[in-house]
Amino acid sequence: MATDAQTAIVGEIRRSRLLTLPALIVLFLAASGPLLVVLLYSFLTAGDYGGVKWAFSTEGWQSVFLERDIFDDTVSVADAHLSIFWRSLRLSLMTTLLSLALGFPTAYFIATQPEKTRNLWLFLITIPFWTNLLIRTFAIMEVIRNRGIVNTALMKLGAIAEPIQMLYTDFAIMLGMTYVYLPLMVLPIYASMEKLDFRLVEAGYDLYATRWRVLRRIILPIVKPGIIAGSILVFVPSLGAYVTPRVLGGGKNLMLGNLIELQFGQGRNWPLGSALAITLLVIVMIALLFYVRAAQKGGEHG
Amino acid sequence: MDNDEKTAIDVDGVSKIFGSGPDAVHALDDVSVAIRENEFFTLLGPSGCGKTTLLRLIAGFDHPTAGHIRLHGENIAHLPPYKRPVNTVFQNYALFPHMTVAQNIGFGLEMLGKPKREVAASVDEMLSLVQMRDLANRQTSQISGGQQQRVALARALAPHPKVLLLDEPLSALDLKLRKEMQIELKRLQSETGITFIFVTHDQEEALTMSNRIAVMSAGKILQIGTPREVYDHPAERFVADFIGETNFLTATLQDVEGSTATVTLPSGKPARASLPSGTHPDAGRQVSIVIRPEHVTLALPSHETSLTGRLEDIVYFGTDTHYRLRLADDTLFIARMQNRRDGEAAFDPGAEVGIVLADGAVQVLRD
Repeated sequence: MATDAQTAIVGEIRRSRLLTLPALIVLFLAASGPLLVVLLYSFLTAGDYGGVKWAFSTEGWQSVFLERDIFDDTVSVADAHLSIFWRSLRLSLMTTLLSLALGFPTAYFIATQPEKTRNLWLFLITIPFWTNLLIRTFAIMEVIRNRGIVNTALMKLGAIAEPIQMLYTDFAIMLGMTYVYLPLMVLPIYASMEKLDFRLVEAGYDLYATRWRVLRRIILPIVKPGIIAGSILVFVPSLGAYVTPRVLGGGKNLMLGNLIELQFGQGRNWPLGSALAITLLVIVMIALLFYVRAAQKGGEHG
Repeated sequence: MDNDEKTAIDVDGVSKIFGSGPDAVHALDDVSVAIRENEFFTLLGPSGCGKTTLLRLIAGFDHPTAGHIRLHGENIAHLPPYKRPVNTVFQNYALFPHMTVAQNIGFGLEMLGKPKREVAASVDEMLSLVQMRDLANRQTSQISGGQQQRVALARALAPHPKVLLLDEPLSALDLKLRKEMQIELKRLQSETGITFIFVTHDQEEALTMSNRIAVMSAGKILQIGTPREVYDHPAERFVADFIGETNFLTATLQDVEGSTATVTLPSGKPARASLPSGTHPDAGRQVSIVIRPEHVTLALPSHETSLTGRLEDIVYFGTDTHYRLRLADDTLFIARMQNRRDGEAAFDPGAEVGIVLADGAVQVLRD
């Protein structure tokens, strides 16, 4: 008799799944449609004034890593692209590490506050989030430019004679991205930290673990999922960042986002732009794969 | 008190104030107690009496506002927890969720820097001690509450602390398991020879397991004594009321001779009474007395009965029967008598019944 009921339920579930089909189709097209267009364009020939010509070509993909000399047609590794890839990866990783270094203590601090004040702290952390990205980026510019707050203060104090060149450097990009993406690091770590039973910390101290060892052996393993989630949330958008490197890097220190924009704009090479966009996506997917595997490992213990 | 018994933990004039200004909470108020080596010592009291605060001070999670805490004569009041040879069994066990049973038990020894082989041997020994050998490699989320309790015990005992602190460790277990663990804890204490300081609000737990009990209320220790002393000779009203059921009456002191006195009961009849230790009240004073329900028998009123009352209610409890009497001055009096195989209760509700006091049934309370 249980089986009758079960078959009935299974049938019910099947029917309700059918009802979700229209929504699924819309979602599928909306999510993968534009992506398929980008994939298609990456295999076409560049148009003379932007756009594409409908002729198959792998030129776009070749140009991702290789460049052809205009005069003698020799092919060499695209140093410019590789250096931009490398800068993007390096700056994104450094941004992630810097966010982690700042975000972890912040999350710990908030999680150890009395419950009433925690929401206030979280609100303060998320305030920059409600602010326009461009305005935030220009604010950073105001702080670090040659006649900005930092340089003016240092010169008035007599610590330096000449302003330090901070704007339009990799440092400026990293600083800007850290500022912009820090809340994305703090929030997931806080979410894990809030669930952490602080009696476990006391139990650690009680069992002869020093502060450092309690942090390494008890707190870190337990909040690891939050750290991984936060790192991904900072790393992925950093990799594709466009506004921050554009404004703070001054158009000289390109990142992947700027390079892609360049191909669709002045470069008039849509296939290359599309190929670069897909490459960026692949890098992001690899990062996510790493995240999923690490999260599963954490899940086994939790 | 025996002088050759060594003191393990000496709490000396300890106060703990949380917060400051008008909102300050005086969790402990000038508490002193000496806990002996190899003793099963219980801090008993209702929630908020300061018993857990005292335990946390001994563990090192909090530091006293005033006073000293000595471990074998050495002041440890301001040492961090990881520098005290004292371990805690937490109320919710606080097992590390990302470690196996064996890793949990070995954690303390590992942090002490013991070599791997020694840690493994110790973990093995502890697993046998708490009968958990088969579950060594389980995750802590995969074992039952009673098993978690055993792991928590083994984890705290593995580094061989000088003193083991237990913060209401049995409160989360069901009744049957709790009884088992009471016996288990007693066994572990006598096998390891470690001083146990046990915090509970359960008077039965305290009575059955402890060598000595400190009864606490509102940040103070009211009485320290063996279970029998605390039960039979409660010094204060709170102690008498908190531990077991009891009858409170008012009486007049007559002759005081050492630790006993003759009192005049509300009925006008005299009775022998014990005085609280260290007090020498004057004759003629009004005092509060307590009489335990099981220290009396009921009889027909006669010259041998000290009190009389009207029987209001009889409640049958299997092993014994409770009789609720209304005395002449309208106070309620409860008598408890064991049921025998042969006899039926000889009294009916509404009857006038006399109360016969057993020797030492009357205890005078401190004011």
